[in-house]
Amino acid sequence: MLEARQLSFQFSPDMALIQSVSLSLDAGQWIGLCGDSGAGKSTLGKLLAGYLTPQAGDVTLDGEALPKNGLQPVQWLPQSPELAVNPRWRVGKILHEAWKPSEAQCQAFGVQQGWLTRFPQALSGGELQRVCVLRALAPGVRFLVADEISTMLDPITQVELWQALKQEAEKRQLGVLVISHDSALIERLCPQRYHLSEGKLKLN
Amino acid sequence: MSQVKPLHYQSTRLPAQPRLMAILNLSIAALLVVGLVTSQWLLGDLPQQMQFDARLVPPSSHHWLGTDALGRELWARTLAGLGLSFWVGSLAAMLSTLIALSLAALATLSRRLDTLVSLLIDTLLSVPHLILLMLIAFALGGGTQAVIIAVAVTHWPSLARVLRAELLQLRQAHYVRISRALGKSRWFVLQAHLLPHLLPHCLVGALLLFPHAILHEAALTFLGFGLSPSQPAIGVLLADAMRYLSGGYWWLGVFPGLGLLLMVLGFERLASHLRRAL
Repeated sequence: MLEARQLSFQFSPDMALIQSVSLSLDAGQWIGLCGDSGAGKSTLGKLLAGYLTPQAGDVTLDGEALPKNGLQPVQWLPQSPELAVNPRWRVGKILHEAWKPSEAQCQAFGVQQGWLTRFPQALSGGELQRVCVLRALAPGVRFLVADEISTMLDPITQVELWQALKQEAEKRQLGVLVISHDSALIERLCPQRYHLSEGKLKLN
Repeated sequence: MSQVKPLHYQSTRLPAQPRLMAILNLSIAALLVVGLVTSQWLLGDLPQQMQFDARLVPPSSHHWLGTDALGRELWARTLAGLGLSFWVGSLAAMLSTLIALSLAALATLSRRLDTLVSLLIDTLLSVPHLILLMLIAFALGGGTQAVIIAVAVTHWPSLARVLRAELLQLRQAHYVRISRALGKSRWFVLQAHLLPHLLPHCLVGALLLFPHAILHEAALTFLGFGLSPSQPAIGVLLADAMRYLSGGYWWLGVFPGLGLLLMVLGFERLASHLRRAL
């Protein structure tokens, strides 16, 4: 279980972004997180994935601190895929950085073999996002923090991506935290939904 | 399938006019480099050949840039001096860049190492260049090797500061952090993600260091802490010329000085063009 206890975080001393937030995510569980722009949703996601260190509280995985080295069991999927890939690497190298997905897995996420020889700049944001999602599903990953990952996709591709992710998550019992502005999307995907406002989490 | 180049290669292309200038500069520099590198073999012992019947002769059709007090051809000595300066400058600039890159890379590995490297950079930058150069060259006993080491050891801090800042910024890039989260080691991240981004900076940095290194080599030699007086180095030629300038033998100082100035300016311009192109 991924557990955040009494997390507090602030970028500047006069502005507390996250205040004593507690959250737990079980294997196979989908939790939705929505809130206004600047409410701290992405910051909370980064805290859960270990990208930021909280000023108070802690994040534990099965009661232990997140590992400092090696493959992280909690993977963060950022909103902008262009920033999540090395612009000097070809897509194939990017995808295979951590593991080599099978052709069937690539197909399920709509990743075409023809993309692998291209540079990321030659792919659209949506195409690149699918590559990033598939890259994050390396064996050993147990939780995903999906931070607005389908915002730049057209509705059909959004459905395809979430379906593929849902299937993979069910098969591997992945816990997923979905961060989005789209409350309709969160309602469809997540049985448990939270709203982040003024640094506090409220159960919807 | 057509290969598409990354945007950052396309967007930084120079417009036609400056590109032409860059190509022109590059061609001149390449020609200069070939000339300087081959001068040692082409000239043979001409820079050392004495003609006692043609001492201190002004520039003429027989003696293109005049002769010195021992009747040696100044054009041959200037060319040989520039060739020597080129080798010393190149080796010192390369060694300096290597030191800067290694220390900048070291600084990214841990906060303690970063503090240590920053302290070292600040300390070296706070000491006047020339004094440190003279001390190191003197401690190493002078000569070509001592000059190269002295110039290399004193010229890396400004480049190291730029590279360190660049690396620290890159280290926070999403894809670098994701690579670490995907289980990649610090060493992998450094050599696969960070260093390739620094190569253009290193190339421009080395090219900018090069004229600086040449000038300091000449200054050190002029002051008597550098290359041996028996070598036809530019610093030696200028130091010799000082003794004769008051006698009206202007060519002894003007031509070697002009050669040095042209070489330094040429490489400086080439470096600026490259910086804009990369």
